[in-house]
Amino acid sequence: MNNIFVYCEIEDREIADVSLELLTKGKSLAKQLACKLEVIVLGSDLNGIENKLYKYGADVVHVGDDKRLSPYLTLPHSKVIVDLFTKEKPQVGLFGATSIGRDLAPRIASAMKCGLTADCTSLEIGEHYEKKTDTKYENLLYQIRPAFGGNIVATIINPETRPQLATVREGVMKMEVFDEAHKGELKKINVDELFDDADFVVKVIERHIENKKVNIKGAGIIVAGGYGVGSKENFKLLYDLAEVLGAEVGASRAAVDAGFAEHERQIGQTGVTVRPKLYIACGISGQIQHRAGMTESSMVISINTDEKAPINQIADYVITGDIAVTIPKMIKYYKKNSK
Amino acid sequence: MKALKIIVLAKQVPDTRNVGKDAMKADGTVNRAALAAIFNPEDLNALELALQLKDQVKGSSLTILTMGPGRAAEVIREGLYRGADHGILLTDRKFAGSDTLATSYALAQTIDKMKPYDVVFAGRQAIDGDTAQVGPQVAEKLNLPQITYAEEIVNVKSNEILIKRRLDRGVEVVSSSFPVLITVHSSAPDCRPRNAKLLMKYKHAKTVTEIQDMSEDYLDIFQNRSYLKIEEWSVNDIVVDEEALGLGGSPTKVKKIENVVFKAKESKKLTPLDEDIDMLMKELIENHTIG
Repeated sequence: MNNIFVYCEIEDREIADVSLELLTKGKSLAKQLACKLEVIVLGSDLNGIENKLYKYGADVVHVGDDKRLSPYLTLPHSKVIVDLFTKEKPQVGLFGATSIGRDLAPRIASAMKCGLTADCTSLEIGEHYEKKTDTKYENLLYQIRPAFGGNIVATIINPETRPQLATVREGVMKMEVFDEAHKGELKKINVDELFDDADFVVKVIERHIENKKVNIKGAGIIVAGGYGVGSKENFKLLYDLAEVLGAEVGASRAAVDAGFAEHERQIGQTGVTVRPKLYIACGISGQIQHRAGMTESSMVISINTDEKAPINQIADYVITGDIAVTIPKMIKYYKKNSK
Repeated sequence: MKALKIIVLAKQVPDTRNVGKDAMKADGTVNRAALAAIFNPEDLNALELALQLKDQVKGSSLTILTMGPGRAAEVIREGLYRGADHGILLTDRKFAGSDTLATSYALAQTIDKMKPYDVVFAGRQAIDGDTAQVGPQVAEKLNLPQITYAEEIVNVKSNEILIKRRLDRGVEVVSSSFPVLITVHSSAPDCRPRNAKLLMKYKHAKTVTEIQDMSEDYLDIFQNRSYLKIEEWSVNDIVVDEEALGLGGSPTKVKKIENVVFKAKESKKLTPLDEDIDMLMKELIENHTIG
């Protein structure tokens, strides 16, 4: 009872990376709280899935295996989870901040009248003293996220309500096998007894899962542009440099909002989190929401006309100047001097 | 097919793209008074899809609902200028400090009072919080199915709507019966501009509170043109458990707020001159960062 629960997301018959990342984080939180780590996985043809989850630290795996649970639909998934949470009374429930997790978690929080924090970048255990009621709370989940357009970082707590729910962005937490030999317990959920027709009023008619053509998450070098690039045309410079270096092109939210680059290239809090060995930031001012998605880059080069751009403070190299001047010189030198 | 009653949830938000130092109050909540207030961008996308649905299904009506302080009536006027038929401003000090759960409760109770309705539209998320929670939570409280991240209305038939959704990886077309709640993604079409005729018609639309400051002449006009009245509802107009509202009804508390301070790192300063760029590229090639 009162364990940590992770919702395991299935995507193209595979466990989503973000779910394994949450297991790794959940395991370390569970150790701190001296409780178990439990996983709930819903879908169809899930035979044997528990074995993969055990080695990431799951002590208990709840499986709901039914054709009607795949593809994902809000109502049946939330119904099974709310039923399980009501019985098991978790202290913490974690979801990926994905299309699915952000659709599902609020529905559960509303049904259970408990607090939920979206898009956390960090989770910690801590205490809280409430002056008004002279109450001390221990072992609370600190849910840490950038807020308010990235101008502040807020630590959110839910002192009174359980479970404490949070969604976490993909790629923000590390994914590590806990122990290849770790074994847990499998618990099958009889979902059939929970469902009625009203749970299936929304039907999936068709679906194109487009694997991202651009793979900025896996790129070793990223050339990223911000609003300061100025136009979609100017972004071509970034593509030129990326092509020469074998890099991918990324963009800040401001650049995507301005239509300079496609949404799938967005890096940061509301986009993808990346950890390349080299990050070249072109005309990016560096709001925290952007930095949240690239701060673990091994090396950062910032090219910006504004010497005071916040991103310069985390850059290894700061080139104060125009990208239209700088990038062609970089390309020229590289072409001449690399094999 | 029968006419639809459509509700659009819209929020007036501080323009978080231009934030000054006085933006936060000591208790960690946002000092909205210090910031320019705008129509939340994705709520405009929601309004556009709602207007398209209204255009497609003859005789349908569209009511825009917003919760906020008195000045949020501006959001309703914007909606009227673009084709909404009615507006309701839900405003009360008792809502102050609401998190998403308390907000969705107040909105759900308001929508319940607006019955019957067929479709509730809302933006996916608001730029001041980026949580994307209020839409699904309102749906849960009203026991409605939800379709999140809508990008396009594919088709509408009697008692069925087909919606294309924008997902992290790809798209999906789903169908639902009515009533349903739909949240709209920024990839949906931009909202149509203000209509000049509607702007003339509604520019003097006001809430009861706003009318108090107006002259006698204006009151005469107002009496004769009932469409100028923007409904203003308070806690007393809806059925609610007051303990579930505002700061007290919000399970999430802000423990700590940190202004963003960057950890300064030793960085090498360069110019775009040839020798600097060449030196940098040489270093990157030599230490195998590139190449």
